[in-house]
This record gives sequence, C-alpha cells and structure tokens, in this order.
Amino acid sequence: MESNHNNVPQSAHAASAGGAEPNYINAHKGIWSWMTTVDHKRLGLMYLVGVLTFFGLGGIFALLVRTQLLGPIFGGASGKQEWLFSGDTYNKLFTLHGAVMVFLVIIPSIPASLGNFFLPLMLGAKDVAFPKLNLMSFYVYVLGGIFLLFSIFTGAVDTGWTFYTPYSSTTSTSVVSAVMGVFILGFSSILTGVNFIVTIHKMRAPGLTWVRLPLFVWAQYATSLIQVLATPVLAITLMLLAIERTMGIGIFDAKLGGDPVLFQHFFWFYSHPAVYIMILPAFGVISEIITINSRKQIFGYKAIAMSSVAIAVIGFLVWGHHMFTSGQSELASAVFSFLTFAVAIPTAIKTFSWVATMYGGSLRMNSAMWYAQAFLFLFTIGGLTGLFLGTLSVDIHLHDTYFVVAHFHYVMMGGTMTAFVGALHHWWPKMTGRMLNEFWGKVSCFFVFVGFNVTFFSQFLLGTKGMPRRYANYLPEFQTWHQISTIGSYLLGLGFFITLIYMIQSLINGEKAPKNPWGGLSLEWETDSPPIEHNFHGQPVVNNGPYEFPEIDHSKSNRGGH
Amino acid sequence: MNLGSALGYMMAQAANTTSWWKPIQASAHAGAVDTLFNFIMYLCFFFFVLIVGAMVYFIVKYRRKGNGPERTSPIKGNHTLEIVWSVIPGILLVLIFAWGFKDWLAIAVVPANAMEVRVSGQKWNWTFTYPKEGIVSADLVVPAGQPVKLVMTSKDVLHSFYIPDFRIKRDVVPGKYSVLWFEPSEEATHQIYCTEYCGTEHSNMLSKVKVVSSAKYEEWLANGGDEDGGTPVPLADKGKKLYEQRGCVACHSIDGTNKVGPTWKGLYGSARKFTDGTSLAAADENYIRESILVPNAKIVAGYAGVMPSYQGQLNDKQLESIIEYIKTLK
Repeated sequence: MESNHNNVPQSAHAASAGGAEPNYINAHKGIWSWMTTVDHKRLGLMYLVGVLTFFGLGGIFALLVRTQLLGPIFGGASGKQEWLFSGDTYNKLFTLHGAVMVFLVIIPSIPASLGNFFLPLMLGAKDVAFPKLNLMSFYVYVLGGIFLLFSIFTGAVDTGWTFYTPYSSTTSTSVVSAVMGVFILGFSSILTGVNFIVTIHKMRAPGLTWVRLPLFVWAQYATSLIQVLATPVLAITLMLLAIERTMGIGIFDAKLGGDPVLFQHFFWFYSHPAVYIMILPAFGVISEIITINSRKQIFGYKAIAMSSVAIAVIGFLVWGHHMFTSGQSELASAVFSFLTFAVAIPTAIKTFSWVATMYGGSLRMNSAMWYAQAFLFLFTIGGLTGLFLGTLSVDIHLHDTYFVVAHFHYVMMGGTMTAFVGALHHWWPKMTGRMLNEFWGKVSCFFVFVGFNVTFFSQFLLGTKGMPRRYANYLPEFQTWHQISTIGSYLLGLGFFITLIYMIQSLINGEKAPKNPWGGLSLEWETDSPPIEHNFHGQPVVNNGPYEFPEIDHSKSNRGGH
Repeated sequence: MNLGSALGYMMAQAANTTSWWKPIQASAHAGAVDTLFNFIMYLCFFFFVLIVGAMVYFIVKYRRKGNGPERTSPIKGNHTLEIVWSVIPGILLVLIFAWGFKDWLAIAVVPANAMEVRVSGQKWNWTFTYPKEGIVSADLVVPAGQPVKLVMTSKDVLHSFYIPDFRIKRDVVPGKYSVLWFEPSEEATHQIYCTEYCGTEHSNMLSKVKVVSSAKYEEWLANGGDEDGGTPVPLADKGKKLYEQRGCVACHSIDGTNKVGPTWKGLYGSARKFTDGTSLAAADENYIRESILVPNAKIVAGYAGVMPSYQGQLNDKQLESIIEYIKTLK
C-alpha cells in the first residue's frame, strides 16, 4: 500500500536479513552505553523518560492542589479553618506544580524527546549536527532537574513559577536553588535549539528542499529560533535575581532602590515567547497526525509553515499583555494589546487549515487521530478565550483570576500535552518497535478529554465570577465549581494512568510494529521499527513532498488548487 | 444572513449583560465591560461552532469505511478561502481591540471631581486612609454615585486591589503609587480581594467596600470613621473587631494554635522569651503596645520578625481596645 516514493538504496544483506540486524536499543548493551551515548534516538528516549517522570510528579502536585480546593470553605477572616494543607504548604504545591510542568515537562516535552528522536530521521541524516553537544544538553537538563528537586527537599519554593519580585527576593524559602535549576535548564534548551537549527540547515537529504520538509520540522525550526533568542534573557533575569538575593544589590526590590515591575518585563520577555516554544512543536505534531491519517495533502502547506515563523517573530512583541494591571504605561498597554490580536491571525490560519485538510480525505480514526481531534477542540477554546484576555478593558476584570488559569491550561495542557500524548501514540511503534493497544488508547483519550473539560471549563466560570488565582481557600460562593473542577481533575488523572498502563503493557508484550504502520511518506517511516543504529542504510534521496499519498486521486479536477 | 446583520445581532445581544455566572454590576464601568465580554463570547461561540462543527462533520462524512484504501481529494489549498479566513478574523480582531481600548480609556482616566482615598497594602491586610479627615479604616466606606480615586501603595511586596463587582483591578507596588477609580452605583457591600500572590495568607487578604448614602457617609466621617457612632461599646468588643478587621487575625490565633506569629491566648501576663536571649517575666500593656508599634524591637523566640509596624494606623483608643481584648483571652 505505501508504495515507496522515496528511493532508499538498501544494502542487500540488510534488506534480506529481516529482524536479525541490531537496532539502536540493542546495538550496545549496558548502562554505560546509555550514559555515554551520542545517538540522538537514545537521547530522545532518555529525555522522554525524564519528561514523563516529571509529568507524573507535576501531575501529583496538581491533584494535591485540586484536593485542597475540594475542602471546606473558610468564612473569611473570622471562621477560618485549615483543611488539608496550611497556606504555606499549598503555596509551595502550586509553585512546584507550575515550575515542574513548565520547565521540566512542557518546554522539553516535544522538542527534546520527539524532536531529538525524529528530526534527524525526518531529514534523512545519521544524527544531529553536534551529537556530543546533544549529550551535554541532556546532562545539563538532568543537572537543572536535580537543582529543582534539591530545592523541593530543602523546604521548596513558594513564589509561584513566575518568581515575581520583591516577594521572591524576600521570602525565606529556597529560591536560589530553584532559580539556579531553571537557569541551568535554560542552557539545555539553548543547546538543543542551536543543534536543531544547524541540523535543519546543513543535514537535509539530497532532494529534501525546504518546501518538502515535513511540517513537524518547520515547527521545530521556528521553536529552535525562539529558544536560542529568548532563553538567554531568562538566564540574565534569574541571574540578577540571584545576585539581588545573595548580595543585596538593588535591582528589583524597591527597598533596595530597585524596580519590581522591571522584573516582570524581563521575565515575560522570555516567558511569552516560551509559550510559543511550548505550543509550536505541538502545531507540528498535529500537522503530521491529521495529514497522514487523512491520506491527503495538507491544506495550505506554505501558510502553515510561514505562520509558524510569523508566530515566532510576533510572539517576541507581545509580552506586555501579561502586565495590563501592573502599572506599565497606557501607551505600552495599548500597543501590546494590538500586537496580541495580530498574533491571533496566524494561529487562526493554522486551525482552519487543519480542519480543511480533513475535507475530502479518508480518515483513519486511530488513537493518535483521536488525540489530534481532542487537541483541535481544546486548543480552539484555549485560543478563543485568549481574545478576552487580550482586550484591555475585559482583561482588567479577568487578570489573575481563574479565567487566566483555565485559558492557559486549555492552551498548554489541552494543546501541547494533548498533542504530545497524541504524538507518542503516533510514533510509539517507530520508537519501540511495538504497537499500542488502540482500544485502550481511545478509552484514555475519552477520559482525558472529558476530565480536562470538567476540570478547566468550570474554571472559566469561577474566574468570570471573580475567583482570584493562587488562593489556598475561598469564599463559600465559589465552592460548587471548585468541587466540580476537582472531580474533573481525578478523571483526567485516571485517563493518563490508563495510558501509562497500556504503554507498559505494550513494552512487555505489545504486538510487533511494522516499518510503516500508518503509511507515512516522510523518511522516518523508511527505516526499521525500531530504527537501526545509524538510521539508514546509505543515504536516502527524496523525490517528492511529505504528503503526496498514493490515495490522492489526481484524476479529479484541480478545483480549488493553486 | 450576512455578516453585518449577524454582527449587529450579536452586539444587541451583548448589551443584555446580567447573568448568573457574572458578579453583579455595581459601578459605572461594569456594564460596558460586560457588554464587550458578551460580544467576544458570542463571536467565540460562532467560531467554535464553525471549527468544531466542521471537524465533527468531516469525521462523520470522511471516516474511512471498509479496509481498502479510498481515493482522496487532490486539494492542496485555496487562495480565496485562505484570504477570506485571514482577513475576516483580522477585521474582527481590530474591532475588538479598538472597542476594548475605548472602554479601557474610561477606566484609566480619573474624573476631576473624584474624592481621594489612600490605600495601603501590606501582608496581609488593606488599610484605607481618608487624607482630608485623617481617618484610618479597615473597610473602604464611600458614598453612592460619587467617583472615588484610590491612590495605592504597598509596604512590602506586590499586591493587587480587585473589586469584581466594579470590574476594576490594579497592582499595588512598593515604592510607587498606582491609581484606580470607580463610581459605585448603589448602596451595598462588595468584596475586595488581593489578586497578586503575596505569601502565606494571600487568600485571606480580604476587605470590603461599603457603599452608603451620602448622609450616612457624612455621619461616618463625623464619628471619625467609627461605625458604632456615639453609642458606648466595651473596649474589649471594639478590640475584637479590630483584631478581625485590621489583619491581626491572619497571623495571631486566639485559641492557642501557633501561626505566623504567637497566639494571643493567655498572652497577657505570660512570661516571654525573645530571640536575642532576653526575657520578660510578664507581658504587660507597655510590651503589647510596643509589639504593635515597633514589632521588631522584641521578637518572641521561635518566630521570624515579619510583622509590619502599625505606627500611625491605630490611634490610642484603638490600641487600648486591642490590649483590653487580649486581656480577656485567657
């Protein structure tokens, strides 16, 4: 069925040997071979294990946070009582949830694990441009993670993942080690970005022109640009914060003559582009999954590729929309609001294009496709609710309420994490050589989808009603929706737990995966599942685009074409 | 139905703004904010139904039937469609931006006839000072229909002053003044929240706005901000009220539990040990007074010196009331 449009010269002995040839997993043995590996696939797998472990940890923090909010209400000042955690403990829990999820999970999730694994494969390369740098960036990631964990065991941090000053320069919790952790993680991100940019520029297979790149590669390219350009600003900012805390030099703390709002500018100058570091790879994943399972050309290839780059560029100029109530100048607020609306357009173009891609296709609704559809649903809500927050007058009411919490969870969790889990289903056979259980894949997707909406849609209502975020307790009027939200979070947790179970089952006795279970045309499907150590026998050559599927009926009129 | 009439319909619907899931509208701003909120909401409904509707329809219609490969459409794109779905949302986005900007200017520009109140945020309570009368209050008391300008600052970390019923919010920053204004429409009491995370008791940094008639407001001013007016009240009762209103409750328990600060139960007359090694045989009036006005002069062993000074915020009568209240907690 998947007639081979790409010419992959295969050495005769390997082609005939069948499963006898060693793959990247069993080519070398022993823990040392993993610790010193420069193989992008092994590093991708190790990142994946790290990311999933931290995802579990961050998820447990989230469930603890939600459980606290299930609790009895507090009658304001006088009738106060404690339920599960004290205010201090709760503050640490939501800080750790945010910091772990943002810095250790979402930012490295798709780029570091799947990007590392598939970028060289998709390009027809043997590895990334700088394999040793790749190994180093993994160790930098581990080191950063250790610093963050160290801060957890030495009393944790209670600043929120945003580390706003002057609270963060005065609190007695272990801010310095947490900040150092994030600082170090930033370098891992920068090194991966540099590596990917060079790899994409220099290591494409013959015939793999820029317009023949799979859209996942385009998305990784745009992401890497942001990682390289924005992350240093975060590093500088966190360094200044550490200097202020340790040496008492006034930079952000008004008591020392600093400006607390300056920190917010610095922080969001990185952290808003970071939102696109988190979401752009997800866009790439969705472009792949929807197209391959629709058996069609993607609708508007160039518009999708270019809108990734447009988002990356405009995304640098919208950070001030986090600060409409901070006291920044009115003119600045107006300009940031306008630019925020500008960035909505390329995002809308992508969404429309994905839906249009399914038109006239032959849709295979496998579990990856289920997750992709869940992404479309959730990300549409996440994107549209951004309009409320970009609007100056309406944001004044909604800023720092649960509306914001709901909005960014719809984008980060409903968007990026749904796409990430979908991508795992899509590429699992290639990575592990085993198929996942399709039935349970759909069951888990159902629980994740329903649980997610119950958890976070109720938070839009809470926020509109005026429930502020980062509250360890709340007034009685908010309790019903908080309890509904908490029940939703348990369903969501159950969904991911099911995923964990059938992934382990697949590793133990899953059905053996063929080379190309979904009939893909990009180069990663040309090699074995799991891939051989050096990816390909010989140098693959590309003669066509990544989405010219054999099912496409070219005899039909070219209506609507270019 | 063309786009113009659809927009007109949405705008008309949007103006009908009260709903069970929004806070009540209690200021001059609230109606306008809700109108735009609703307009954006209807637009979101429209695009959501369009996108998810098409998605579901395509899933049903183009779902692969049978096992063999089917023929699919060769469409790669459509310039007209792509321009349409870029330009129309673009126009709508500019419209939303301009509308939001216009309403926001009204929120940002303080009218000349506004009366001024100073707001001070500190961990974890709000204090309102009426500069002309010199009154210090734990609640914001204002006359209905009168524009009020708040000049706000913080004594420690960032806070944010938020009244959902008025649809207003502004960060309160140490070392800076930030300004916020509102015009309360009716006599009622509204909730004030802190919405910028500020530590342990962030979620209890609450206060109230009491909107009263102008006659009542004048009376309140004449009584020096004392709600009990001229009627005599036992000092201990007054102290209990101050304990709840002025933020003492956030850190000091009255039932013996240890919080951020030492409990008040049995405090009066008890022996105190301090971090600097000194001690006091029995806590008396002078010790309590000093602890309120100069908190870091003597810090009880086992606690951190985090309490802000109440110098200038409590008058002698109020200090005496608190001391009397502490005496009753045995």
